[in-house]
Amino acid sequence: MSIEARFELAYPGFSLDVDLRLPGQGVTALFGPSGCGKTSLLRCMAGLSRAGQGRLVVNGNTWQDEAVFMPVHQRPLGYVFQDASLFAHLSVLRNLQYGQSRIAPAARRVELDRAVELLGIGPLLARMPAALSGGERQRVAIARALLTSPRLLLMDEPLAALDLARKLEFMPYLERLHRALDIPVLYVTHAPDEVARLADHIVVMDAGRAIASGPLTETLARLDLPIRLGEDAGVVLDAQVAERDTAWHLARVAFAGGSLWVRDGGQPIGQPVRVRILARDVSLALAPVSGTSIQNCLSATVRQLADDSHPALCLVQLAIGPSLLLARLTRRSAASLDLTPDMPVWVQIKAVALIG
Amino acid sequence: MQDSDLAAIVLTVQLASLSTVLLLIIGTPIAWWLARSPSRLKSVVGALVTLPLVLPPAVLGFYLLVLLGPQGPGGRLTEALGLGLLPFTFAGLVVASVIYSLPFVVQPLQQAFAAIGRQPMEAAATLRASPFDAFVTVALPLARPGFITAAVLGFAHTVGEFGVVLMMGGNIPGKTQVLSMAIYNHVEAMDYARAHWLAGGMLGFSFAVLLLLYSRGWGRAT
Repeated sequence: MSIEARFELAYPGFSLDVDLRLPGQGVTALFGPSGCGKTSLLRCMAGLSRAGQGRLVVNGNTWQDEAVFMPVHQRPLGYVFQDASLFAHLSVLRNLQYGQSRIAPAARRVELDRAVELLGIGPLLARMPAALSGGERQRVAIARALLTSPRLLLMDEPLAALDLARKLEFMPYLERLHRALDIPVLYVTHAPDEVARLADHIVVMDAGRAIASGPLTETLARLDLPIRLGEDAGVVLDAQVAERDTAWHLARVAFAGGSLWVRDGGQPIGQPVRVRILARDVSLALAPVSGTSIQNCLSATVRQLADDSHPALCLVQLAIGPSLLLARLTRRSAASLDLTPDMPVWVQIKAVALIG
Repeated sequence: MQDSDLAAIVLTVQLASLSTVLLLIIGTPIAWWLARSPSRLKSVVGALVTLPLVLPPAVLGFYLLVLLGPQGPGGRLTEALGLGLLPFTFAGLVVASVIYSLPFVVQPLQQAFAAIGRQPMEAAATLRASPFDAFVTVALPLARPGFITAAVLGFAHTVGEFGVVLMMGGNIPGKTQVLSMAIYNHVEAMDYARAHWLAGGMLGFSFAVLLLLYSRGWGRAT
Protein backbone atom coordinates (compact mmCIF):
# COMPACT_ATOMS: atom_id res chain seq x y z
CA MET A 1 0.00 0.00 0.00
CA SER A 2 1.88 3.02 -1.18
CA ILE A 3 1.83 5.92 -3.57
CA GLU A 4 4.85 6.61 -5.70
CA ALA A 5 4.92 10.05 -7.23
CA ARG A 6 7.71 11.53 -9.29
CA PHE A 7 7.19 14.71 -11.26
CA GLU A 8 9.40 17.20 -13.02
CA LEU A 9 7.78 20.28 -14.40
CA ALA A 10 9.24 23.61 -15.45
CA TYR A 11 7.54 26.91 -16.18
CA PRO A 12 9.36 30.19 -16.59
CA GLY A 13 10.21 31.23 -13.04
CA PHE A 14 9.05 28.03 -11.42
CA SER A 15 10.04 24.41 -11.41
CA LEU A 16 8.67 21.38 -9.67
CA ASP A 17 10.92 18.44 -8.98
CA VAL A 18 9.66 15.84 -6.53
CA ASP A 19 10.18 12.16 -5.98
CA LEU A 20 7.95 10.92 -3.20
CA ARG A 21 6.90 7.67 -1.66
CA LEU A 22 3.76 8.18 0.37
CA PRO A 23 1.67 5.82 2.46
CA GLY A 24 -1.34 4.36 0.65
CA GLN A 25 -3.63 5.15 3.55
CA GLY A 26 -4.40 7.95 5.97
CA VAL A 27 -4.05 11.68 5.43
CA THR A 28 -0.86 13.09 3.96
CA ALA A 29 -0.50 16.85 4.28
CA LEU A 30 1.38 18.71 1.54
CA PHE A 31 2.56 21.63 3.57
CA GLY A 32 4.45 24.74 2.55
CA PRO A 33 4.20 28.45 1.79
CA SER A 34 2.12 29.83 -1.08
CA GLY A 35 3.75 29.27 -4.45
CA CYS A 36 5.92 26.36 -3.32
CA GLY A 37 4.35 23.95 -5.80
CA LYS A 38 1.82 22.11 -3.64
CA THR A 39 -1.09 22.72 -5.98
CA SER A 40 1.05 22.06 -9.06
CA LEU A 41 1.99 18.68 -7.62
CA LEU A 42 -1.65 17.87 -6.91
CA ARG A 43 -2.66 18.88 -10.43
CA CYS A 44 0.06 16.69 -11.89
CA MET A 45 -1.18 13.75 -9.84
CA ALA A 46 -4.72 14.30 -11.07
CA GLY A 47 -3.53 14.58 -14.66
CA LEU A 48 -4.85 18.14 -14.92
CA SER A 49 -1.34 19.39 -15.65
CA ARG A 50 0.83 17.28 -17.84
CA ALA A 51 4.35 17.12 -16.52
CA GLY A 52 7.32 16.77 -18.83
CA GLN A 53 8.48 13.82 -16.75
CA GLY A 54 6.07 12.01 -14.52
CA ARG A 55 5.43 8.74 -12.83
CA LEU A 56 2.53 7.94 -10.56
CA VAL A 57 1.73 4.53 -9.11
CA VAL A 58 -1.15 4.30 -6.66
CA ASN A 59 -1.31 1.12 -4.61
CA GLY A 60 0.11 -0.94 -7.44
CA ASN A 61 -1.78 0.71 -10.32
CA THR A 62 0.24 2.78 -12.74
CA TRP A 63 -1.60 5.97 -13.62
CA GLN A 64 1.30 7.57 -15.39
CA ASP A 65 4.83 6.77 -16.47
CA GLU A 66 7.03 7.12 -19.57
CA ALA A 67 4.62 5.03 -21.64
CA VAL A 68 1.25 5.61 -19.99
CA PHE A 69 -0.76 8.76 -19.43
CA MET A 70 -4.17 8.00 -18.04
CA PRO A 71 -6.44 10.99 -18.81
CA VAL A 72 -8.04 12.72 -15.84
CA HIS A 73 -11.47 11.17 -16.31
CA GLN A 74 -10.06 7.66 -16.25
CA ARG A 75 -8.12 8.10 -13.00
CA PRO A 76 -10.12 6.75 -10.06
CA LEU A 77 -9.55 9.84 -7.92
CA GLY A 78 -11.57 12.47 -6.18
CA TYR A 79 -10.49 16.11 -6.37
CA VAL A 80 -11.72 18.89 -4.11
CA PHE A 81 -10.87 22.30 -5.51
CA GLN A 82 -10.14 25.36 -3.44
CA ASP A 83 -13.36 27.06 -4.55
CA ALA A 84 -15.62 23.95 -4.60
CA SER A 85 -16.40 24.29 -8.35
CA LEU A 86 -19.96 23.03 -8.06
CA PHE A 87 -21.95 23.02 -11.30
CA ALA A 88 -24.06 26.17 -11.13
CA HIS A 89 -26.78 24.74 -13.40
CA LEU A 90 -27.42 21.65 -11.25
CA SER A 91 -29.03 21.27 -7.82
CA VAL A 92 -26.97 19.92 -4.95
CA LEU A 93 -28.46 16.45 -5.46
CA ARG A 94 -27.73 16.49 -9.20
CA ASN A 95 -24.19 17.69 -8.45
CA LEU A 96 -23.74 14.70 -6.15
CA GLN A 97 -25.13 12.32 -8.74
CA TYR A 98 -22.98 13.72 -11.53
CA GLY A 99 -19.91 11.72 -10.59
CA GLN A 100 -21.76 8.81 -9.01
CA SER A 101 -23.79 8.11 -12.15
CA ARG A 102 -20.57 7.77 -14.14
CA ILE A 103 -19.36 4.89 -11.96
CA ALA A 104 -20.59 1.35 -12.65
CA PRO A 105 -23.01 0.35 -9.85
CA ALA A 106 -20.83 -2.64 -8.98
CA ALA A 107 -17.82 -0.35 -8.41
CA ARG A 108 -19.63 2.02 -6.04
CA ARG A 109 -18.29 1.77 -2.53
CA VAL A 110 -19.83 4.91 -1.04
CA GLU A 111 -23.62 5.23 -0.93
CA LEU A 112 -25.33 8.55 -1.51
CA ASP A 113 -27.06 8.45 1.88
CA ARG A 114 -23.78 7.72 3.60
CA ALA A 115 -21.94 10.63 2.00
CA VAL A 116 -24.86 12.96 2.70
CA GLU A 117 -24.91 11.90 6.33
CA LEU A 118 -21.11 12.07 6.79
CA LEU A 119 -21.03 15.64 5.58
CA GLY A 120 -24.34 16.75 7.05
CA ILE A 121 -25.80 18.06 3.79
CA GLY A 122 -29.22 16.38 3.93
CA PRO A 123 -31.16 19.67 4.19
CA LEU A 124 -29.32 21.14 1.19
CA LEU A 125 -30.10 18.56 -1.48
CA ALA A 126 -32.82 20.51 -3.28
CA ARG A 127 -30.92 23.82 -3.30
CA MET A 128 -28.91 25.36 -6.10
CA PRO A 129 -25.19 26.03 -5.47
CA ALA A 130 -25.71 29.81 -5.58
CA ALA A 131 -27.90 29.52 -2.46
CA LEU A 132 -25.18 27.82 -0.36
CA SER A 133 -22.63 29.32 2.01
CA GLY A 134 -18.91 28.76 1.39
CA GLY A 135 -18.68 25.99 3.96
CA GLU A 136 -21.78 24.24 2.65
CA ARG A 137 -20.44 24.38 -0.89
CA GLN A 138 -17.19 22.81 0.19
CA ARG A 139 -19.00 20.01 2.04
CA VAL A 140 -21.07 19.28 -1.07
CA ALA A 141 -17.90 19.25 -3.16
CA ILE A 142 -16.30 16.71 -0.83
CA ALA A 143 -19.40 14.49 -0.85
CA ARG A 144 -19.50 14.76 -4.64
CA ALA A 145 -15.89 13.62 -4.88
CA LEU A 146 -16.45 10.75 -2.43
CA LEU A 147 -19.38 9.44 -4.46
CA THR A 148 -17.05 8.51 -7.30
CA SER A 149 -15.60 5.93 -4.86
CA PRO A 150 -12.08 7.24 -5.40
CA ARG A 151 -8.89 5.27 -4.73
CA LEU A 152 -7.19 8.54 -3.85
CA LEU A 153 -8.71 11.77 -2.61
CA LEU A 154 -6.88 14.98 -3.52
CA MET A 155 -7.87 18.09 -1.59
CA ASP A 156 -6.50 21.49 -2.57
CA GLU A 157 -6.79 23.79 0.47
CA PRO A 158 -10.48 23.00 0.93
CA LEU A 159 -10.71 25.32 3.92
CA ALA A 160 -8.76 28.26 2.49
CA ALA A 161 -11.86 30.18 1.44
CA LEU A 162 -13.54 29.87 4.85
CA ASP A 163 -13.30 32.21 7.81
CA LEU A 164 -12.05 30.91 11.12
CA ALA A 165 -15.48 30.13 12.58
CA ARG A 166 -16.55 28.19 9.47
CA LYS A 167 -13.21 26.43 9.51
CA LEU A 168 -13.64 25.21 13.08
CA GLU A 169 -17.15 24.10 12.22
CA PHE A 170 -15.83 22.24 9.20
CA MET A 171 -12.89 20.35 10.71
CA PRO A 172 -14.96 17.72 12.53
CA TYR A 173 -16.43 16.62 9.18
CA LEU A 174 -12.95 16.03 7.83
CA GLU A 175 -11.97 14.12 10.95
CA ARG A 176 -15.07 11.93 10.65
CA LEU A 177 -14.21 11.28 7.05
CA HIS A 178 -10.74 10.31 8.04
CA ARG A 179 -12.00 7.76 10.56
CA ALA A 180 -14.98 6.46 8.59
CA LEU A 181 -13.47 5.86 5.16
CA ASP A 182 -10.44 3.96 4.07
CA ILE A 183 -9.36 6.30 1.27
CA PRO A 184 -5.86 7.76 1.16
CA VAL A 185 -6.05 11.55 1.20
CA LEU A 186 -3.53 14.09 -0.08
CA TYR A 187 -4.30 17.36 1.61
CA VAL A 188 -2.70 20.60 0.43
CA THR A 189 -2.51 23.32 3.04
CA HIS A 190 -0.41 26.14 4.38
CA ALA A 191 -2.29 26.19 7.72
CA PRO A 192 -0.40 24.55 10.61
CA ASP A 193 -3.56 23.91 12.63
CA GLU A 194 -5.03 21.84 9.81
CA VAL A 195 -1.86 19.76 9.61
CA ALA A 196 -1.77 19.24 13.37
CA ARG A 197 -5.38 18.11 13.44
CA LEU A 198 -5.74 16.08 10.30
CA ALA A 199 -2.45 14.75 8.99
CA ASP A 200 -0.82 11.38 9.67
CA HIS A 201 2.02 12.00 7.30
CA ILE A 202 3.56 15.24 6.15
CA VAL A 203 5.43 16.39 3.09
CA VAL A 204 7.09 19.76 3.60
CA MET A 205 7.56 21.63 0.34
CA ASP A 206 9.62 24.65 -0.55
CA ALA A 207 10.37 26.19 -3.95
CA GLY A 208 9.13 23.19 -5.92
CA ARG A 209 11.06 20.62 -3.89
CA ALA A 210 9.97 18.29 -1.14
CA ILE A 211 12.38 19.03 1.68
CA ALA A 212 10.98 16.50 4.13
CA SER A 213 8.55 13.61 4.06
CA GLY A 214 7.61 11.30 6.91
CA PRO A 215 5.13 10.42 9.64
CA LEU A 216 3.82 13.63 11.22
CA THR A 217 4.98 13.00 14.80
CA GLU A 218 8.53 12.08 13.80
CA THR A 219 8.88 14.81 11.21
CA LEU A 220 7.76 17.56 13.56
CA ALA A 221 10.32 16.43 16.13
CA ARG A 222 13.20 16.71 13.67
CA LEU A 223 15.74 19.33 14.58
CA ASP A 224 17.14 19.91 11.11
CA LEU A 225 14.04 21.20 9.31
CA PRO A 226 14.20 24.81 8.21
CA ILE A 227 10.40 25.08 8.19
CA ARG A 228 8.41 24.96 11.39
CA LEU A 229 4.74 24.24 11.60
CA GLY A 230 3.66 27.79 12.15
CA GLU A 231 5.69 30.34 14.03
CA ASP A 232 6.86 27.88 16.63
CA ALA A 233 8.45 24.46 16.83
CA GLY A 234 6.49 21.76 18.56
CA VAL A 235 5.24 18.21 18.28
CA VAL A 236 1.92 16.46 17.86
CA LEU A 237 1.28 13.19 19.69
CA ASP A 238 -1.44 10.65 19.04
CA ALA A 239 -3.13 9.75 22.31
CA GLN A 240 -6.24 8.30 23.82
CA VAL A 241 -8.45 9.51 26.66
CA ALA A 242 -7.60 7.21 29.61
CA GLU A 243 -9.24 8.82 32.61
CA ARG A 244 -11.52 11.75 33.44
CA ASP A 245 -11.40 13.75 36.65
CA THR A 246 -14.81 15.37 36.69
CA ALA A 247 -14.19 17.20 39.97
CA TRP A 248 -11.36 19.24 38.39
CA HIS A 249 -12.56 19.09 34.77
CA LEU A 250 -9.38 17.38 33.69
CA ALA A 251 -8.70 14.36 31.51
CA ARG A 252 -5.67 12.10 31.40
CA VAL A 253 -4.61 11.22 27.89
CA ALA A 254 -2.21 8.36 27.33
CA PHE A 255 0.37 8.37 24.53
CA ALA A 256 3.05 5.83 23.70
CA GLY A 257 5.49 6.25 26.60
CA GLY A 258 3.46 8.25 29.11
CA SER A 259 0.38 10.28 29.83
CA LEU A 260 -0.61 13.91 30.34
CA TRP A 261 -3.33 15.81 32.16
CA VAL A 262 -5.22 18.17 29.92
CA ARG A 263 -8.37 20.25 30.16
CA ASP A 264 -11.35 17.92 29.76
CA GLY A 265 -12.68 18.37 26.24
CA GLY A 266 -15.71 16.18 26.85
CA GLN A 267 -14.39 13.20 24.91
CA PRO A 268 -15.38 9.76 26.26
CA ILE A 269 -12.76 7.39 27.65
CA GLY A 270 -11.08 5.43 24.89
CA GLN A 271 -11.53 8.19 22.28
CA PRO A 272 -8.45 8.82 20.15
CA VAL A 273 -7.26 12.43 20.41
CA ARG A 274 -4.23 14.46 19.48
CA VAL A 275 -2.20 16.74 21.65
CA ARG A 276 0.13 19.48 20.51
CA ILE A 277 3.07 20.52 22.67
CA LEU A 278 5.10 23.55 21.69
CA ALA A 279 8.83 23.59 22.37
CA ARG A 280 8.57 26.89 24.26
CA ASP A 281 6.17 25.27 26.78
CA VAL A 282 8.61 22.53 27.74
CA SER A 283 11.26 23.06 30.40
CA LEU A 284 13.87 20.66 31.81
CA ALA A 285 15.16 19.77 35.28
CA LEU A 286 17.75 17.28 36.53
CA ALA A 287 15.58 16.03 39.39
CA PRO A 288 11.80 15.81 39.89
CA VAL A 289 10.57 19.21 40.98
CA SER A 290 8.24 19.60 43.93
CA GLY A 291 6.24 22.65 44.84
CA THR A 292 5.39 23.61 41.28
CA SER A 293 2.10 24.53 39.67
CA ILE A 294 2.96 22.49 36.63
CA GLN A 295 0.82 19.34 36.42
CA ASN A 296 2.70 17.41 33.81
CA CYS A 297 6.10 16.23 34.86
CA LEU A 298 7.63 13.27 33.03
CA SER A 299 10.90 11.44 32.92
CA ALA A 300 12.71 11.59 29.57
CA THR A 301 16.03 11.09 27.84
CA VAL A 302 17.95 13.73 25.92
CA ARG A 303 18.51 12.66 22.30
CA GLN A 304 20.19 15.62 20.68
CA LEU A 305 20.64 19.37 20.76
CA ALA A 306 20.54 21.86 17.93
CA ASP A 307 20.75 25.58 17.22
CA ASP A 308 17.55 27.56 17.16
CA SER A 309 16.55 30.66 15.24
CA HIS A 310 18.17 33.04 17.77
CA PRO A 311 21.79 32.59 18.96
CA ALA A 312 20.63 32.74 22.59
CA LEU A 313 18.42 29.70 22.14
CA CYS A 314 18.74 26.01 21.43
CA LEU A 315 16.35 23.17 20.75
CA VAL A 316 16.54 19.86 22.60
CA GLN A 317 15.01 16.69 21.26
CA LEU A 318 13.79 14.39 24.01
CA ALA A 319 12.50 10.82 24.06
CA ILE A 320 9.71 9.65 26.33
CA GLY A 321 9.51 5.97 25.52
CA PRO A 322 9.04 5.85 21.72
CA SER A 323 7.58 9.37 21.60
CA LEU A 324 9.61 12.47 20.81
CA LEU A 325 9.31 15.95 22.27
CA LEU A 326 11.05 19.27 21.62
CA ALA A 327 12.11 21.77 24.25
CA ARG A 328 13.41 25.28 23.70
CA LEU A 329 15.97 26.51 26.23
CA THR A 330 18.47 29.28 26.40
CA ARG A 331 21.99 28.13 25.63
CA ARG A 332 22.98 29.21 29.11
CA SER A 333 20.40 26.88 30.70
CA ALA A 334 21.55 24.01 28.50
CA ALA A 335 25.15 24.69 29.52
CA SER A 336 24.38 24.99 33.23
CA LEU A 337 22.46 21.69 33.15
CA ASP A 338 25.31 20.27 31.11
CA LEU A 339 22.91 18.53 28.75
CA THR A 340 24.38 15.75 26.66
CA PRO A 341 22.80 13.00 24.55
CA ASP A 342 21.41 9.98 26.47
CA MET A 343 21.21 11.95 29.68
CA PRO A 344 18.07 11.35 31.78
CA VAL A 345 16.11 14.49 32.62
CA TRP A 346 12.73 15.57 33.98
CA VAL A 347 10.43 17.31 31.60
CA GLN A 348 7.92 19.88 32.79
CA ILE A 349 5.18 20.74 30.35
CA LYS A 350 3.46 24.03 30.96
CA ALA A 351 0.76 23.77 28.32
CA VAL A 352 -0.76 20.99 26.27
CA ALA A 353 -3.29 21.73 23.55
CA LEU A 354 -5.89 19.07 22.93
CA ILE A 355 -6.71 19.11 19.23
CA GLY A 356 -9.69 17.04 18.17
CA MET B 1 -51.27 40.76 -49.61
CA GLN B 2 -50.27 39.26 -52.92
CA ASP B 3 -48.92 35.77 -53.54
CA SER B 4 -45.46 37.02 -54.39
CA ASP B 5 -45.25 38.81 -51.02
CA LEU B 6 -46.41 35.72 -49.14
CA ALA B 7 -43.87 33.63 -51.03
CA ALA B 8 -41.15 36.10 -50.04
CA ILE B 9 -42.16 35.87 -46.38
CA VAL B 10 -42.20 32.07 -46.40
CA LEU B 11 -38.88 31.95 -48.20
CA THR B 12 -37.32 34.38 -45.71
CA VAL B 13 -38.49 32.39 -42.70
CA GLN B 14 -37.25 29.15 -44.28
CA LEU B 15 -33.90 30.70 -45.11
CA ALA B 16 -33.45 32.25 -41.68
CA SER B 17 -34.47 29.07 -39.80
CA LEU B 18 -32.27 26.77 -41.81
CA SER B 19 -29.35 29.22 -41.64
CA THR B 20 -29.71 29.57 -37.85
CA VAL B 21 -29.63 25.81 -37.32
CA LEU B 22 -26.57 25.47 -39.57
CA LEU B 23 -24.92 28.48 -37.94
CA LEU B 24 -25.28 26.95 -34.47
CA ILE B 25 -23.93 23.61 -35.68
CA ILE B 26 -20.94 25.20 -37.41
CA GLY B 27 -20.45 28.05 -34.96
CA THR B 28 -20.33 25.98 -31.76
CA PRO B 29 -17.11 24.06 -32.45
CA ILE B 30 -15.45 27.18 -33.91
CA ALA B 31 -16.42 29.24 -30.86
CA TRP B 32 -15.27 26.48 -28.48
CA TRP B 33 -11.95 26.24 -30.24
CA LEU B 34 -11.48 30.01 -30.26
CA ALA B 35 -12.35 30.19 -26.54
CA ARG B 36 -10.09 27.31 -25.47
CA SER B 37 -7.25 26.66 -27.83
CA PRO B 38 -3.80 28.04 -27.08
CA SER B 39 -3.03 27.81 -30.83
CA ARG B 40 -1.46 30.76 -32.61
CA LEU B 41 -3.79 30.17 -35.54
CA LYS B 42 -6.52 31.49 -33.29
CA SER B 43 -6.05 35.13 -34.27
CA VAL B 44 -6.13 34.23 -37.98
CA VAL B 45 -9.32 32.18 -37.65
CA GLY B 46 -10.86 34.79 -35.36
CA ALA B 47 -10.16 37.53 -37.92
CA LEU B 48 -11.54 35.43 -40.79
CA VAL B 49 -14.75 34.65 -38.92
CA THR B 50 -15.23 38.32 -38.05
CA LEU B 51 -14.53 39.55 -41.58
CA PRO B 52 -18.21 39.58 -42.70
CA LEU B 53 -18.89 42.01 -39.87
CA VAL B 54 -16.82 44.76 -41.46
CA LEU B 55 -16.96 43.83 -45.15
CA PRO B 56 -19.60 45.52 -47.34
CA PRO B 57 -22.18 42.78 -48.09
CA ALA B 58 -21.85 43.46 -51.79
CA VAL B 59 -18.14 42.62 -51.65
CA LEU B 60 -18.83 39.36 -49.88
CA GLY B 61 -21.65 38.52 -52.31
CA PHE B 62 -19.48 39.35 -55.29
CA TYR B 63 -16.65 37.05 -54.21
CA LEU B 64 -19.06 34.26 -53.34
CA LEU B 65 -20.59 34.61 -56.78
CA VAL B 66 -17.18 34.42 -58.43
CA LEU B 67 -16.02 31.59 -56.19
CA LEU B 68 -19.12 29.46 -56.57
CA GLY B 69 -19.81 30.37 -60.21
CA PRO B 70 -19.03 28.04 -63.16
CA GLN B 71 -15.46 29.39 -63.45
CA GLY B 72 -14.67 29.42 -59.72
CA PRO B 73 -13.05 26.60 -57.75
CA GLY B 74 -16.11 26.29 -55.51
CA GLY B 75 -18.41 26.06 -58.52
CA ARG B 76 -16.27 23.37 -60.13
CA LEU B 77 -16.33 21.44 -56.89
CA THR B 78 -20.12 21.57 -56.49
CA GLU B 79 -20.55 20.57 -60.11
CA ALA B 80 -18.11 17.70 -59.73
CA LEU B 81 -20.05 16.55 -56.68
CA GLY B 82 -23.23 16.57 -58.76
CA LEU B 83 -24.77 19.44 -56.79
CA GLY B 84 -24.90 21.80 -59.71
CA LEU B 85 -24.13 25.48 -59.37
CA LEU B 86 -25.17 27.28 -56.19
CA PRO B 87 -25.63 30.90 -57.33
CA PHE B 88 -29.26 31.87 -57.98
CA THR B 89 -30.58 28.90 -55.97
CA PHE B 90 -31.99 28.57 -52.44
CA ALA B 91 -28.97 26.48 -51.42
CA GLY B 92 -26.74 29.31 -52.59
CA LEU B 93 -28.68 31.73 -50.38
CA VAL B 94 -28.19 29.43 -47.38
CA VAL B 95 -24.43 29.21 -47.97
CA ALA B 96 -24.17 32.99 -48.32
CA SER B 97 -26.32 33.63 -45.23
CA VAL B 98 -24.31 31.25 -43.08
CA ILE B 99 -21.03 32.91 -44.00
CA TYR B 100 -22.47 36.39 -43.68
CA SER B 101 -24.00 35.81 -40.23
CA LEU B 102 -21.21 33.67 -38.78
CA PRO B 103 -19.65 36.39 -36.56
CA PHE B 104 -23.03 37.13 -35.01
CA VAL B 105 -23.25 33.55 -33.81
CA VAL B 106 -19.61 32.79 -33.06
CA GLN B 107 -18.94 35.87 -30.94
CA PRO B 108 -21.68 35.40 -28.31
CA LEU B 109 -20.88 31.69 -28.12
CA GLN B 110 -17.17 32.35 -27.77
CA GLN B 111 -17.82 34.85 -24.98
CA ALA B 112 -20.16 32.44 -23.21
CA PHE B 113 -17.61 29.61 -23.40
CA ALA B 114 -14.80 31.86 -22.22
CA ALA B 115 -16.92 33.02 -19.28
CA ILE B 116 -17.34 29.43 -18.07
CA GLY B 117 -13.60 29.16 -17.50
CA ARG B 118 -11.59 26.00 -17.01
CA GLN B 119 -12.78 25.12 -13.52
CA PRO B 120 -16.14 23.47 -14.27
CA MET B 121 -14.58 21.44 -17.08
CA GLU B 122 -11.74 20.28 -14.84
CA ALA B 123 -14.22 19.42 -12.09
CA ALA B 124 -16.23 17.39 -14.59
CA ALA B 125 -13.09 15.53 -15.67
CA THR B 126 -12.29 14.60 -12.07
CA LEU B 127 -15.86 13.30 -11.83
CA ARG B 128 -15.18 10.83 -14.65
CA ALA B 129 -16.70 12.81 -17.51
CA SER B 130 -14.83 12.44 -20.81
CA PRO B 131 -14.10 15.74 -22.60
CA PHE B 132 -17.09 15.31 -24.91
CA ASP B 133 -19.36 14.26 -22.03
CA ALA B 134 -18.26 17.33 -20.05
CA PHE B 135 -18.84 19.56 -23.07
CA VAL B 136 -22.41 18.32 -23.47
CA THR B 137 -23.37 18.10 -19.79
CA VAL B 138 -21.48 21.10 -18.39
CA ALA B 139 -20.30 23.57 -21.05
CA LEU B 140 -23.46 23.59 -23.20
CA PRO B 141 -25.93 24.13 -20.32
CA LEU B 142 -23.72 26.77 -18.73
CA ALA B 143 -23.45 28.58 -22.09
CA ARG B 144 -27.24 28.63 -22.59
CA PRO B 145 -27.61 32.43 -22.49
CA GLY B 146 -24.92 32.62 -25.18
CA PHE B 147 -26.84 30.17 -27.36
CA ILE B 148 -30.05 32.16 -27.06
CA THR B 149 -28.25 35.37 -27.99
CA ALA B 150 -26.47 33.64 -30.88
CA ALA B 151 -29.67 32.12 -32.27
CA VAL B 152 -31.58 35.39 -32.10
CA LEU B 153 -28.80 37.43 -33.65
CA GLY B 154 -28.18 34.80 -36.35
CA PHE B 155 -31.87 34.61 -37.25
CA ALA B 156 -32.48 38.36 -37.18
CA HIS B 157 -29.36 39.12 -39.15
CA THR B 158 -30.31 36.62 -41.83
CA VAL B 159 -33.83 38.03 -42.09
CA GLY B 160 -32.41 41.50 -42.53
CA GLU B 161 -29.70 40.85 -45.09
CA PHE B 162 -29.87 42.39 -48.53
CA GLY B 163 -26.64 42.87 -50.40
CA VAL B 164 -25.33 39.34 -50.18
CA VAL B 165 -28.61 37.67 -51.12
CA LEU B 166 -29.10 40.08 -53.98
CA MET B 167 -25.69 39.16 -55.43
CA MET B 168 -25.99 35.47 -54.72
CA GLY B 169 -29.73 34.95 -55.23
CA GLY B 170 -30.50 37.35 -57.99
CA ASN B 171 -33.97 38.42 -56.81
CA ILE B 172 -35.96 35.62 -58.52
CA PRO B 173 -39.58 35.76 -57.27
CA GLY B 174 -40.69 32.58 -55.46
CA LYS B 175 -37.20 31.15 -55.68
CA THR B 176 -34.63 33.51 -54.23
CA GLN B 177 -36.62 36.68 -53.61
CA VAL B 178 -36.59 37.31 -49.87
CA LEU B 179 -38.49 39.95 -47.92
CA SER B 180 -35.94 42.73 -48.05
CA MET B 181 -35.80 42.41 -51.85
CA ALA B 182 -39.58 42.36 -52.14
CA ILE B 183 -39.68 45.61 -50.19
CA TYR B 184 -36.98 47.08 -52.41
CA ASN B 185 -38.96 46.11 -55.53
CA HIS B 186 -42.12 47.74 -54.20
CA VAL B 187 -40.29 50.93 -53.39
CA GLU B 188 -38.67 50.96 -56.83
CA ALA B 189 -42.14 50.53 -58.35
CA MET B 190 -43.45 53.40 -56.18
CA ASP B 191 -45.90 50.96 -54.54
CA TYR B 192 -45.46 52.37 -51.05
CA ALA B 193 -48.62 50.77 -49.67
CA ARG B 194 -47.31 47.23 -50.20
CA ALA B 195 -43.85 48.24 -49.04
CA HIS B 196 -45.46 49.50 -45.84
CA TRP B 197 -47.23 46.21 -45.25
CA LEU B 198 -44.01 44.24 -45.43
CA ALA B 199 -41.71 46.76 -43.79
CA GLY B 200 -44.16 47.43 -40.95
CA GLY B 201 -44.68 43.71 -40.43
CA MET B 202 -40.96 43.15 -40.19
CA LEU B 203 -40.57 45.99 -37.74
CA GLY B 204 -43.31 44.55 -35.53
CA PHE B 205 -41.90 41.03 -35.75
CA SER B 206 -38.37 42.11 -34.81
CA PHE B 207 -39.62 44.17 -31.90
CA ALA B 208 -41.79 41.30 -30.63
CA VAL B 209 -38.89 38.84 -30.69
CA LEU B 210 -36.57 41.20 -28.83
CA LEU B 211 -39.28 42.09 -26.32
CA LEU B 212 -39.84 38.41 -25.57
CA LEU B 213 -36.13 37.83 -25.06
CA TYR B 214 -35.59 40.87 -22.89
CA SER B 215 -38.58 40.02 -20.72
CA ARG B 216 -36.98 36.62 -20.11
CA GLY B 217 -33.84 38.27 -18.81
CA TRP B 218 -31.67 37.90 -21.87
CA GLY B 219 -30.39 41.48 -21.67
CA ARG B 220 -28.86 40.78 -18.27
CA ALA B 221 -27.36 37.43 -19.16
CA THR B 222 -24.65 38.64 -21.48
